[in-house]
Amino acid sequence: MITVNGEPLDWKPGMTVQDVLDAKRYTFRMIGVWINDRPVPKNEFTTTEVPDGAVVQAVHMVSGG
Amino acid sequence: MEKMKVLAEWTYTPAPIERGYTRKTLYVNVGEPRMEIKDVSQDMIDTFTGGRGFDLKLLWDAVKDTTKWNDPENEIVLSGGPLCGITQYPGAGKCYAAFISPLSGQTYDSNSGGYWGPLSKFSGFDAVEIQGKAERDIILFINGDEGKIQILESNLKDLNAYAVTETLHEYFAVDEADKRNISVISTGKAAETSYYGCMNMSFYDTRRKVARLKQAGRGGGGTIMRDKKIAAMVVKFSKMGGNLNNVVDLDTLQKVGVKLHKEIHDLDDVQCKMRKVGTAHLNEIMDEYHLLPTNNYKFGQNPAEIAKIHSAVYERLFTQGMPDGCWYGCSMSCAKAVDGFTVQTGPCKGEKVTVDGPEYETVAALGSNIGVYDPLWTIEANFYADHYGMDTISLGTAIAFVCECYELGLINRNDTNGLDLKFGNKDDIMELIHRMAAGKDEFASMVAKGIRYMKKAFAEKFKADARTMEAIGMEGQGVETSEYVPKESIAQWGGYYLTLKGPQHDEAWLIFMDMVNKQLPTFEDKAEALHYFPNFRTWFSLVGLCKLPWNDVEPANNRIVNEPREAAKVPEHVQNYVDIFNAVTGKGIRKEDIITMSEKVYNFQRVFQVRMKQGEAFHNIPLRALGPVFPDEWEARREYYDGKLREIGIDPSGLSTEEKIKKLQEYRLGMWEGLKMAVYKRRGWNKKGIPTLETLKRLGIDYPDVVAVVEKYSKPEDNFE
Repeated sequence: MITVNGEPLDWKPGMTVQDVLDAKRYTFRMIGVWINDRPVPKNEFTTTEVPDGAVVQAVHMVSGG
Repeated sequence: MEKMKVLAEWTYTPAPIERGYTRKTLYVNVGEPRMEIKDVSQDMIDTFTGGRGFDLKLLWDAVKDTTKWNDPENEIVLSGGPLCGITQYPGAGKCYAAFISPLSGQTYDSNSGGYWGPLSKFSGFDAVEIQGKAERDIILFINGDEGKIQILESNLKDLNAYAVTETLHEYFAVDEADKRNISVISTGKAAETSYYGCMNMSFYDTRRKVARLKQAGRGGGGTIMRDKKIAAMVVKFSKMGGNLNNVVDLDTLQKVGVKLHKEIHDLDDVQCKMRKVGTAHLNEIMDEYHLLPTNNYKFGQNPAEIAKIHSAVYERLFTQGMPDGCWYGCSMSCAKAVDGFTVQTGPCKGEKVTVDGPEYETVAALGSNIGVYDPLWTIEANFYADHYGMDTISLGTAIAFVCECYELGLINRNDTNGLDLKFGNKDDIMELIHRMAAGKDEFASMVAKGIRYMKKAFAEKFKADARTMEAIGMEGQGVETSEYVPKESIAQWGGYYLTLKGPQHDEAWLIFMDMVNKQLPTFEDKAEALHYFPNFRTWFSLVGLCKLPWNDVEPANNRIVNEPREAAKVPEHVQNYVDIFNAVTGKGIRKEDIITMSEKVYNFQRVFQVRMKQGEAFHNIPLRALGPVFPDEWEARREYYDGKLREIGIDPSGLSTEEKIKKLQEYRLGMWEGLKMAVYKRRGWNKKGIPTLETLKRLGIDYPDVVAVVEKYSKPEDNFE
């Protein structure tokens, strides 16, 4: 189990940052991700694995208006 | 066009600009007629900065406590601000307008791109103040080249915006190249009956060879123009240059500008795609997150239809590869346009036109929110809204309210004078828009006056149920809500309904931070955000900048070098603003000063609202903004909403949907009150939302007449402990 923005999410072995975003249906282009307070560069979303028990913050930047 | 008769004329010597200021403002009374050039004091600069700050200060001095929107002493005040007109940094051509609004009876500020702001400053004025009422249709002409102000008798045959703008660019230019040196403010025929008449501010697009229209759309500035019998306001200035603001440090200004230009060039295509689709990049994103207003905000998405209005569809419709900046040097270039559009209905039927937009707000307002998923129809509605002089947001939200009233049976086809105003009934909705402009149909004229007016009128005239309309009419302080579903973000309730002027998204857009990121868990966190962001964004309106380059593009490392909550503020761009402000003005502000500068004006404007509402400047929120009102809204997301009840300790099993709705409403109304108090307290206001004397003193806005308003309406029992 991991938490994403404070909510629990089932963890699977090999789960990447992009898998987490897909599971949460986070489709916004301007998202910053931190795993246990460490930032993940956007170009590493598909290769960075999320460890079991991780605290993930998927922060949507504000735009528009 | 025949030469127009000069009704009044004055000459002046344009003041030189130093460090972004001319230190002069222009006052014109179109009724008397009279012209005066006023000095700008150092205190006015120190307290109000410029732009909207100057507008409000001049408006405050011009009106009485009892002034109504259609009294002669109401004004339209226009100002860019000290950074307005620089060409080195993107988004520096904004003009801010302020007036007493027909919708709300208090001040409203609205902004626009286009060339009016810069050209009026280059013509010698930090602000232009229009008062009085003319006896016949007039055109105000500021000739910055010759130092001449004229009031001309209008002989325009068509008062609608595209016709007015095109004709006047032609009339005042000596040749094709000269058209770029002119900016026209126009509205349209609908503004003569509507309370949400817009002001269109033009710039001439030399590549397309057409006049383009940007809008100070909200609040009813166009309505006031027509009430004053102003057909148009025109400014002309031909000696364009790269440093007309006479800045202190051009080198720094250029360096910071180049850095942002590069960022936009390198990153926009993978971030917001502003250069390709403008703010319409948000269409499918808002749908995905249940934020796209659908059928009068009942729902936040429509999975079956969203593909039809996807940003990719608009990307194909917008002309690509054109530099669509609405002021020189704006590489964000988001003023998208549809060229060669053939109009299908109304007085322009069959004509090929260039339509400015639609932006996201219009896609939602004149699209999903009224049940229409036809981009070509939305483009046509956008064209006519601008042409007739109506704010697309208020228009769409007002029609959405009408459609729901119609489907609920609160009004019927007899009431609408034969129109079948169901959601999505495009033909009849377009006919309604045309009737608003014609001004002869009583029902259309009611719709044109906005939701607050309709709630009363429908109850009185059609015996429509007042409580239902109160629940579903999406207005705050008399102004229609802009196009985001705020139901599931407590912070956004405040972002919309605890604002100075009503639910417009230019104060604080906190939905992602609050609802998705979960970065604002407590009332205090939300209140802090509802202090910081409205004040930060107010600053743009003081200095003459567009908000979009702040966070519609961000440095590549923004989310690496900043912790999550700071990243949302885009710290590098905030530093850019400090640097370019200092480079232009020579002042030495720090980041923190941005908030203090804004607080002065923000709190002054709040006192202004209290003054104009005689102490009753209340913040209202419709039930629809707090959550579901009808069972179908709940059932569309039953699992989600049942979960919301469980979160607050209520077991939904065994409850009817109506009972569930009632319980959630009761809970959320309590949360709204809690939020309101937390926000008032953080802002330094009392429990009635009136800034305290301590707040006025801290900010240095304790002028005797401001203090008098606060003292008049504040009571000791309303103070926080």
